Amino acid sequence: MTYIAKPKFHHHALPTNALGLTHRDYEGSVSTLCAGCGHDSISAAIVQACFELDLPPHRLAKLSGIGCSSKTPTYFLGNSHGFNSVHGRMPSVLTGANLANGSLIYLGVSGDGDTASIGLGQFAHAIRRGVNMVYIVENNGVYGLTKGQFSATADRGSQNKRGSINKDNPIDLIAMALQLGATFVARSFSGDKAQLVPLIKAAIEHRGTAFIDCMSPCIAFNNHSGSTRSFDYVREHNEAVNKLDFMTGRAPITIDFEPGAVELVEQHDGSTLVLRKLAAGYDPHDRLAAMSYVQDHTAAGEIVTGLLFIDNEAEDLHRHLDITETPLNALSETELCPGEATLEMINASLR
Amino acid sequence: MPLPRINDFVVRFANINGSGSASANELFARAILRMGVPIAPRNIFPSNIQGLPTWYEVRVSEKGHLGARGGADLMVAMNPQTWAKDVASVEQGGYVFYDSSRTRPTAELREDVTFIGMPLTEICNRQYSDARQRQLLKNIVYVGALTALLDIDAEETVRLVREQFKSKEKLVASNIEALYIGRNYALEHLSCPIGLQVKRANAAGDRILIDGNSAAALGAVYGGATVCAWYPITPSSSLPEAFIRYCTRYRVDSETGKNLFAIIQAEDELASIGMVIGAAWNGARAFTATSGPGLSLMQEFLGLAYFAEVPAVIFDVQRGGPSTGMPTRTQQSDILSAAYASHGDTKHVLLFPDNPTEAFEFGALAFDLADRLQTPVFVMLDLDIGMNQWLCRPFAWDDSRLYDRGKVMTAADLDAGKDFGRYLDVDGDGIPYRTYPGTHPTRGSFFTRGSTRDRYARYTEDGGAYVDNMQRLLRKFETAKTLVPQPLRRNARMPTRYGVIYYGSTHPAMTEAIEGLAAAGHHLDTLRVRAFPFSDEVAEFVTSHDLVFVVEQNRDGQLRTLLVNECDLDPANLIPILHYDGTPITAREITHSIADRLDVSNVTPLRKVGS
Repeated sequence: MTYIAKPKFHHHALPTNALGLTHRDYEGSVSTLCAGCGHDSISAAIVQACFELDLPPHRLAKLSGIGCSSKTPTYFLGNSHGFNSVHGRMPSVLTGANLANGSLIYLGVSGDGDTASIGLGQFAHAIRRGVNMVYIVENNGVYGLTKGQFSATADRGSQNKRGSINKDNPIDLIAMALQLGATFVARSFSGDKAQLVPLIKAAIEHRGTAFIDCMSPCIAFNNHSGSTRSFDYVREHNEAVNKLDFMTGRAPITIDFEPGAVELVEQHDGSTLVLRKLAAGYDPHDRLAAMSYVQDHTAAGEIVTGLLFIDNEAEDLHRHLDITETPLNALSETELCPGEATLEMINASLR
Repeated sequence: MPLPRINDFVVRFANINGSGSASANELFARAILRMGVPIAPRNIFPSNIQGLPTWYEVRVSEKGHLGARGGADLMVAMNPQTWAKDVASVEQGGYVFYDSSRTRPTAELREDVTFIGMPLTEICNRQYSDARQRQLLKNIVYVGALTALLDIDAEETVRLVREQFKSKEKLVASNIEALYIGRNYALEHLSCPIGLQVKRANAAGDRILIDGNSAAALGAVYGGATVCAWYPITPSSSLPEAFIRYCTRYRVDSETGKNLFAIIQAEDELASIGMVIGAAWNGARAFTATSGPGLSLMQEFLGLAYFAEVPAVIFDVQRGGPSTGMPTRTQQSDILSAAYASHGDTKHVLLFPDNPTEAFEFGALAFDLADRLQTPVFVMLDLDIGMNQWLCRPFAWDDSRLYDRGKVMTAADLDAGKDFGRYLDVDGDGIPYRTYPGTHPTRGSFFTRGSTRDRYARYTEDGGAYVDNMQRLLRKFETAKTLVPQPLRRNARMPTRYGVIYYGSTHPAMTEAIEGLAAAGHHLDTLRVRAFPFSDEVAEFVTSHDLVFVVEQNRDGQLRTLLVNECDLDPANLIPILHYDGTPITAREITHSIADRLDVSNVTPLRKVGS
C-alpha cells in the first residue's frame, strides 16, 4: 500500500554515492503493483540511475498521467516532488512545469495507453517542441487497471488473456518519436537492467526530449503465450543494436576497445557515452537510417533495442523560446512588473 | 423631419469583410474622440476572412452613454448585399450615405430618411489606377466626406493619419490626399453639414480607448504572469497575441536580451490548461485564454486543479453558444460551465470585469487570488468587452504593490521545523501551505494527485479523509468570498422596493437604462456583481427588495440560477431580463423590459401573489 512507508532502517555497509546517499535514499513508498510487474523493475532502474549519477533527489520532478505505469512515481524518489496528473496529459503538465523552472530535471512516466491511446497528441507535440525531459513509456500493450483491454501498441494478431485477437495496427512509438524529431530515442526491456540503467542515465544527461520506449510485460494480463509483450516473447525477439556503457564526469576516459567496436559520444554537459556496437553498421546518428532499420526489423518480428538515435547538437524548448537562465518562478515584481511610469505612457498612447 | 442631433447619434458602417474598411472606420471614430466627444465603437463581424457582410458602429454620446443603443441615425451603406436591411434599420428621420456610382431602385428608398449619394467608385476609379488602392482609399475618401457632412475637424483627422503611419511618408500623403478628395467633394456637391453634427466638447476627460483583450493581457503582464499557453479561438485570440506584444516590449531582460516569459501556442485547449497547471504547480504565474468550446475541453483539468489545489488563471472571452454557436457574437453564457467546471462537486472563483479597465485590474488581481486560494480563477470577459474598443478610465498601478504569492513554505521554514502537510488547514481559512518542487533536499516534497489523499498528501481511499478534504475546500471557498472584488451598489434617488442585479458588459447599458427608468418614474437600486463566490451583500440586496431583476446576456438566466443555488434565494423574487441574440444588450431593451413588467405587475411581488 502506498501509505505504508518503507522502513528507513538499512544495512550500515550500503554503498554511498558522492552525495553520501545510499540507493535507499532514492526509493519511494512500497509499490502496490502486482508482484513481478515489469514496471517495478523500471522503477528500480530509475533509482539506480539517479543514485549512480549522484543526483540530489529534490532537483528532479517526476510527472505521470494515469494508469499502472503512472502510479510508479510514488514508488521511487520519495524526496522528489511528484505529479500524477490527468490520463494522457502528462506531457502538457510537464511542459508547463519545465517552463516555470528549467533548472530541474524532469522525468515523465507514462504507459502505452496513456501515451499511444488517449495521449497520442500530447506525446507528439511535446516531442515536436523539444521539451527537455526524459519520457519513459512503460509499454505492456494492455490496460492493467481496467483489467486487460488492448492498448494502441498491442501488435496486430496478438491475443489477449480472454483469447480474442487484436485486429488493429499497432502504433510504433519509436517510429513516431524519430519522425517527430526526438533527439534521443531508445528502446529497452524492463527485464534487462544492464541495458536500461545506462540508457536512463544518458537520457537524464541529454538536453532535449529523450524518449525511452521500455517493453514492460504485464504479469497479470499480458504474459501468456499468444501475447507479443510477454517476458518470454520479448526475450526471444530482443535484438540490441548496441550496448551503452554510460560514462559520466569529465575525467579522461581510459578504456580498452577494439577499433571500430566502440564509439565515444560527447553530451552537451561534457559527459561522455561509451557506445558498444552490436549490430554491424548501425549508426545511431542517422535519423532516417534508424527509422528504416527499426521498421525493417519490426516487420521481421524483432524488437530492436538499444540507443537507436542521438543528436549531439540537440536544442531544447528553453533555447527555442530564448528564456532567461533564472527560473521564471524565481522572478519577482522588480523584474516582472513594468511599473507605474510605463503605464502612464501606455495610457497616453491610448488617447 | 431630418434629425437634428449634436454629439448624440449612432453612425453605422455597412462594409464587406476584408475590404480594408476597419482602419478607415476607426479613423473616423478617433477623430470624434479627439474633439473631446465620447464614443463607443463596436464591430459586428462574421466568422469569415473575406466577402461576408461586416458592420462597424460608432455611438457618439457627449453624455457618455457607451452601451450599444440599437438602430442607426446615419448608415454608411457600402455593402450592396445588405442594402435593403441596412436602409430598413435606420431610425426615422435618419440618413443613408451611399455610393451613387450605381443608382439604387427608387422603390427601395424610404421616404422618412435622407439619402446622400456620392459617386465613390467613379471618383476612385478616376483617381487611382491600382485596384487595391481604389478599394482601400475609397474607405478614406468616404471618411473625408463624412468629416464634411458631420462637421468633424479635418485637422484632427489629418493628425491621426500622421500618427498612424508615422515614418511612412508615402502612406501619409496618399491618405491625406484621399481624405481631402472626399471632404472637398462633399463640401462642393452635398449639403453640409447635415443634422447630425459633432461639436468640440470636453467630455472625454483623461479616458483611454482600448479593447478588453489587450487590457486583460496588460493586466497579466503587470500581475506577473510568466507562462502563457493558449490555443487560437475567437474571440479570445487577440488576448494572448497582445500578451506577446507587451512581453516583447516590456519583458525582455535589458542586459541579457533574454525573455522573462514563455508563451506556447499549444495543440489544443487541453494542452493549454495542462501547461498552465504544470507551470503554476511549479510556482510560476500562468494563464490561458479561451472561449466556450475551449472551456468545455478544459473541464477534466479544471477539476484536477480544484481538487489538487493548483493555481490557474483562465480568461474566458465568452461568445454565443452552445457548440460552435455564434463564434463572432457576444454572450454571457459560460457562467455556469465555469462556476461548476468539471465532474464531481466543484466550485470555481469567477471575476466579472465590466470594461477594459476592470479587465486590466482583474487580470492582474486574478494571479494574486489564484496563488492565495491555490485554485483556478476565471476572468469572465465577453466578445463585446474583449474585441471592441471601449472608452474607459485610464489604467493605474501603485509601484509599492507586491504580488501575493500565497502560502508557500520555503527551505528556511522547513529547516525551522514547521509541520508541512500539503492539505493541512493550519490557519482555519481552508488554505493549506504548498512547496515548490526543488525547495529542500529532504523536507517538503509531496505527491500531487487528483485522487483522494490525506492531509499529508498520502494516497488514501478512506471516506473520512475524503469528506474532511471536501469540507475544507468549502471553507476555502468561504474565505474566497472575502478576497474577491465586492459588488458595487447604487441606490435610487428615492427608497424603492425594486432592485436590479447585473454584471460585466451590461454595465453601460444598465446605467443608461436606470436613468431612463427613473425619468419615467421607475426607481430601482442596482447591484453590480463583480465576482463569484457572492459576498453576503448580494443575498442581502435580494432579500431587502420585493423584486429584483437579474439582467444578463444568455437564454437561461445563468447568474440567476447561481444566485438561487448558492444563496438559497426564492426564485420568485428574481425576475430574469434576458438578451441573447448575439448583439450587445441595449439600454432601450432593458428599459422596455423592466418598465413593462413594473407597469403590468404594478406591482405585486410574485411571492405575494402565490401566498
